Amino acid sequence: MNVASRNARLAARRLDLAEGRVDLTHGAGGRAMQQLIEEVFRPAFDNPLLARGDDQAAFDISSGRMVMSTDSFVVSPLFFPGGDIGSLAVHGTVNDVAMSGARALYLSAGFVIEEGFPLAELAQIARSMGEAARAAGVAVVTGDTKVVERGKADRLFINTAGIGVVPAGIEISGDRARPRDAILLSGSMGDHGVAIMAHRAGLEFETTVVSDSAALNGLVADMVAAVPTIRVLRDPTRGGLAATLNEICHQSNVGMQLDEAAIPVKPEVLGACELLGLDPLNVANEGKLVAIVPAEDAERLLAVLRRHPLGRDAMVVGEVVADPARFVRMATRIGGERIVDWLAGEQLPRIC
Amino acid sequence: MKHLDEYRDAETARRLATTIAREAATGRRYRLMEFCGGHTHAIFRYGIEDLLPSNIEMVHGPGCPVCVLPTGRLDMAIRLACRDGIILASYGDMLRVPGSRGQSLMKAKADGADIRMVYSTLDAVKLAEANPEREVIFFAIGFETTTPPTALAIEAAAKKGLTNFSVFCNHVLTPSAIAAILEAPAIRELDAVEIDGFLGPAHVSVVIGSQPYEFFAEEYRKPVAISGFEPIDIMQSILMLVRQLNEGRAVVENQYIRAVTRDGNLRAKEAVSRVFELRRDFEWRGLGHIPYSALRLKDEFAGFDAERRFDESYIPTEGIKACECPAILRGAKKPTDCRLFGRACTPETPLGSCMVSSEGACAAYYTYGRMREAAQ
Amino acid sequence: MCHALPVKIIALTGPDTAKVSLGGIVKEVSVALIDDPRPGDYVVLHVGYALAKIDEAEAERTLELLAAESSDEITEFSATAEAAEAPP
Repeated sequence: MNVASRNARLAARRLDLAEGRVDLTHGAGGRAMQQLIEEVFRPAFDNPLLARGDDQAAFDISSGRMVMSTDSFVVSPLFFPGGDIGSLAVHGTVNDVAMSGARALYLSAGFVIEEGFPLAELAQIARSMGEAARAAGVAVVTGDTKVVERGKADRLFINTAGIGVVPAGIEISGDRARPRDAILLSGSMGDHGVAIMAHRAGLEFETTVVSDSAALNGLVADMVAAVPTIRVLRDPTRGGLAATLNEICHQSNVGMQLDEAAIPVKPEVLGACELLGLDPLNVANEGKLVAIVPAEDAERLLAVLRRHPLGRDAMVVGEVVADPARFVRMATRIGGERIVDWLAGEQLPRIC
Repeated sequence: MKHLDEYRDAETARRLATTIAREAATGRRYRLMEFCGGHTHAIFRYGIEDLLPSNIEMVHGPGCPVCVLPTGRLDMAIRLACRDGIILASYGDMLRVPGSRGQSLMKAKADGADIRMVYSTLDAVKLAEANPEREVIFFAIGFETTTPPTALAIEAAAKKGLTNFSVFCNHVLTPSAIAAILEAPAIRELDAVEIDGFLGPAHVSVVIGSQPYEFFAEEYRKPVAISGFEPIDIMQSILMLVRQLNEGRAVVENQYIRAVTRDGNLRAKEAVSRVFELRRDFEWRGLGHIPYSALRLKDEFAGFDAERRFDESYIPTEGIKACECPAILRGAKKPTDCRLFGRACTPETPLGSCMVSSEGACAAYYTYGRMREAAQ
Repeated sequence: MCHALPVKIIALTGPDTAKVSLGGIVKEVSVALIDDPRPGDYVVLHVGYALAKIDEAEAERTLELLAAESSDEITEFSATAEAAEAPP
């Protein structure tokens, strides 16, 4: 179909981005959906591959091993201090790709929108995604939109998939942790989860904590360039640091010994967790990473992290140990010992 | 954070540990029960036992209202929640507790029951105000700390003239539970389980004061140290008990002097006595029937009593045979003495009351301390 | 049971309510059970209700008692332990 003539027809009546709402025609594959793509998504994501208007994006990959990742985003509320579902969707997948040491290149974005969703919010989210992608040096090159009836989706769900290329000589994966390796953390734990919880009905509290949602690929590129011996990288998202460290222990068949006093937690995050009876180690992060590296390279890696804006508060928080039981043990701040277990389900605030 | 960080200080903990080790080096054993689930949780979460000499043994008590609520009462709450038009408001603690036939409030919610988690009873009253065409039932649990908030909510609802708010009351009393432990046949037998002293609950005591424990100290000759919640509080209280036992004293000491007085909180106690009265009998999970151990709403508040408004009866259920909770709750056995612990019974698949709440002895040990078992 | 926390009253917001702070987190809670609550007071908070004021003088006394389990006694203990272990 000729792009020029299609555009001419569509120019007739523009979407009302101020007061309009998404309806079922916007997902039906016809003119209305095309209008949505042209007036909301394409301007926000703004890149040559997307502008071609094909159902797929075609590109050349220079060399190296490729990485692909996908994630779906169902966060509520959609807008929160420090971000929104859009920026989260970009950061989340860029980070998953980056945790292999790869240079992130392209993203796809799929939207499932509930009938009646305000166009103004959709446009805002799309803009936010575009900005996040540009800041991370990636492009959203292809996508999909579906609209479902009222009640069939909680306002908006987004799926993003991402691809990247791993530089030669880099081998980073969850099964490579070895006894005596150092465990580093890029910054404070629990910020994102607390920022979200502050707005959940029934738990309202005032806080200046903002989500730490951020693209970590720039930081990872610096780290990998300076210390190619990095063994494991992972971002502690849902389930918090506890889940991530336990996963690594299971994949690598090792244990860990942590120092509670070394793990950074902002006072407000601690306060919120105390109020709700939660453990900051179980609370989600969206802009932090765990790095496991041979002991002799730990100080050097720490310095690299601390030079980067996203790693200023980085700490060495423990070491990998041999342990057939694969426990994550922690020296508590008063000098006793406990394990850091991963939770069965979602944490719920407690009175007891 | 003031009044918190000071009681989590590593250096203070180290010094206390040294003092405790020195003063407990008498060749005798010290078996100390911490009554309150919050203390059990703190002991495991901070690894306090690692700082104590091996002749001091912490025995974990039944002070966890989630743990001692009989399954039959939870079943009633689930049935109420599943009725048409009902909104059931509940604290987070109860949502995942398994009732009979594998049901739970969380599962009922997934099946369509309108169940809302609240942080405070005030939120439940607000729900009733905001939904005048629905019936809002608040699922009330807790010891004396949690009872005054329920009393105030009922009075607030009465004052507002609400006709769609009621409370399913499961509030229980601490002194009754302590008495049940001390009366337990095992304690009175020779060569059976002995408890040498008690760490008294922190926040129950803020409400009821230190006075109610004096009876136990005198009658049973057991020292009591009312302890704050933080690890340093707990260690200081342990030191106090060690000293009392060394000196042959048996009195109530108050370590938590910054918040607990002898008489407690008069306003809170009065609010409770305005709204509630004693039930003649109440069944406790793991401890059996205890007389005058629980509360129900007074007749003048009958309109706010979910049990009277909605015809639901209590159907007692049997516990699992291999489950050692009754013995564990009394301090006669440890979690690792139970065949089911860590195998069929875990926090994800709890079979008994001690695993059901994050404050139960089995849950706390499993979540924070089970590496000790692996080492043995 | 009875997870409760020391929080600071920042402002009274009604006859029975106040805004309190814990480490910078601010929440509105009931102070109906407190006699004469004032901004600056620390209270023990449980399920949205302040249950008691924290007595600053008694808190000071607690910290002093803790400090009294002090380095003098530890040095003494260590010296004794070393003497006990020293070869005859």
